[in-house]
Amino acid sequence: MNILKRIFRFYYEGFKSMTIGRTLWIIILIKLFVMFAVLKVFFFPNILKRNFKTDEERSKYVIEQLTTKPK
Amino acid sequence: MEHFDLSLVNWSRAQFALTAMYHWVFVPLTLGLAFIMAFMETLYYKTGDEEWKRITKFWMTLFGINFAIGVATGIILEFEFGTNWSNYSWFVGDIFGAPLAIEGIMAFFMESTFIAVMFFGWNKVSKKFHLISTWLVALGANLSALWILVANAWMQYPAGMYFNPDTARNEMHNFWEVLFSPVAINKFLHTISSGYVLAALFVVGISAWYLLKGRNVLLAKRSIIIASVFGLITSIFLALTGDGSAYQVAQKQPMKLAAMEGLYEGREGAPLVVIGALTPGKEYNDGKDPYLFRIQIPKLLSFLGYRSGDAFVPGVKDIVEGGYTYTDKDGNQKVALSAEQKIERGRIAIQALADYKNAKEKGDTIGMTYNRKLLDENFEYFGYGYLNDPKSIIPNIPLTFYSFHIMVGLGFLFIAFFILMLYLIYFKGYKINKWLLRLSILMVPLAYIASQAGWIVAEVGRQPWVIQDILPTVAAVSRIDASAVQVTFFLFFIIFTTLLIAELRIMFTQIKKGPKDGGK
Repeated sequence: MNILKRIFRFYYEGFKSMTIGRTLWIIILIKLFVMFAVLKVFFFPNILKRNFKTDEERSKYVIEQLTTKPK
Repeated sequence: MEHFDLSLVNWSRAQFALTAMYHWVFVPLTLGLAFIMAFMETLYYKTGDEEWKRITKFWMTLFGINFAIGVATGIILEFEFGTNWSNYSWFVGDIFGAPLAIEGIMAFFMESTFIAVMFFGWNKVSKKFHLISTWLVALGANLSALWILVANAWMQYPAGMYFNPDTARNEMHNFWEVLFSPVAINKFLHTISSGYVLAALFVVGISAWYLLKGRNVLLAKRSIIIASVFGLITSIFLALTGDGSAYQVAQKQPMKLAAMEGLYEGREGAPLVVIGALTPGKEYNDGKDPYLFRIQIPKLLSFLGYRSGDAFVPGVKDIVEGGYTYTDKDGNQKVALSAEQKIERGRIAIQALADYKNAKEKGDTIGMTYNRKLLDENFEYFGYGYLNDPKSIIPNIPLTFYSFHIMVGLGFLFIAFFILMLYLIYFKGYKINKWLLRLSILMVPLAYIASQAGWIVAEVGRQPWVIQDILPTVAAVSRIDASAVQVTFFLFFIIFTTLLIAELRIMFTQIKKGPKDGGK
């Protein structure tokens, strides 16, 4: 427990004493929010995961895609 | 190929290229600057000289800015795999997934843990532990790059796998063959050393600006020495690994080599074009001179590509039309098939996969065995089956040719630059002219240009393949609406440009401020 406390304090004090780092963390957090909460959710679904339940279905779909010409 | 939506393929490629190129703006500086910082801190540890600590902390701040802005930009590439390249993602299976997963875990645990110690740990952990953490950050960043580059190298030279027609996935049968494929090793070494050179030029460039301004002179002089020594060693290493990479390209991707050199008609004792301009609108079989002008070194391309000055180097026409003799990966002499013959074999493989699937659904074991055999026999040409025109196997030659020559030219310029800097430091007592200091600043954008040009050679030069000979871009792309890809292309353009502007603004502000506690 003591070790966990020390690690927490290490990070806490580190973040607290940041100057330029604060701006950078704001950029990182905004970036991660845009990437995961906006881009990933609204623009980048994993098509095979979303459209099919099992790997068997996914295999079948990909084989079909690879062996038939698009309409 | 006329059946495929080329607009979709091109927009998907453009989107991936845009994301990868922006991502690569941030990565190389991280790879190299981490080592430069580690060397500087080692000097602080050894000498106890506080000035070295101050210097290390200054470069660490710039490292932090670059790392923070660049971190996670690569994840967008993984989003694109799932959405825009879903056929590809499934088809490559665990071969691509395993290295990327290892990369993710290593990056998270090694980099994030030790980066915290590196930034927050001054005066809180022992000097020795801090130094070890800095070195581990450098090693961790480079090990992360290893896994990404192994995955990329596999696409250029698929090794250590077999195709499973039941799952439509390539499955890894030998992890070590994937990890230690000669293409992977050369690609890793060449790419990371390009990052080292870029970082060295970055440090020299900023230090030169300080010398021009007459500020932070001691920091600048010490930084220039460390970066120039590091830069000279790594730029020579870069040239050697470049030679190794080109040798692998000659063996495994002869079309890329032909495009890099604008070599349309193969010959024995082929020369290496040092500088040249290509004839616009040249077709592979029109008999026109490919070059408007060129300066070349006799026999050098044969020697670099095949380690013999008299070796035959196939040109674009030879590779399209086949009929020349080459040595395969098992060391056997073979006559090259024409693109048309390969297309035929590829179509047989695709049909065999379709028939295998049908036979399996009907429970026809004889049909399954027959088609499985047919598929295996022709699988090495599987991707050709998606092409309708033999000319489709030719990449964009001008883009590959000029990018290659820009990269190599700048690479040699960097070696000469570092030699000159070290000469002036050691023999002329730092009498660096103002023009050379200005040139040093100019070297920074040139380093980025060379670095990007290298990736253009690697990726444009291997078109039309996503996986060499096995899967072309037209078959790898998800059949989604092209307009959706266009929207996300521009969205990424805006996001990445904003990030880049943010990085440059914060970086420039920090450079202008200089080290926190002033300096000598």
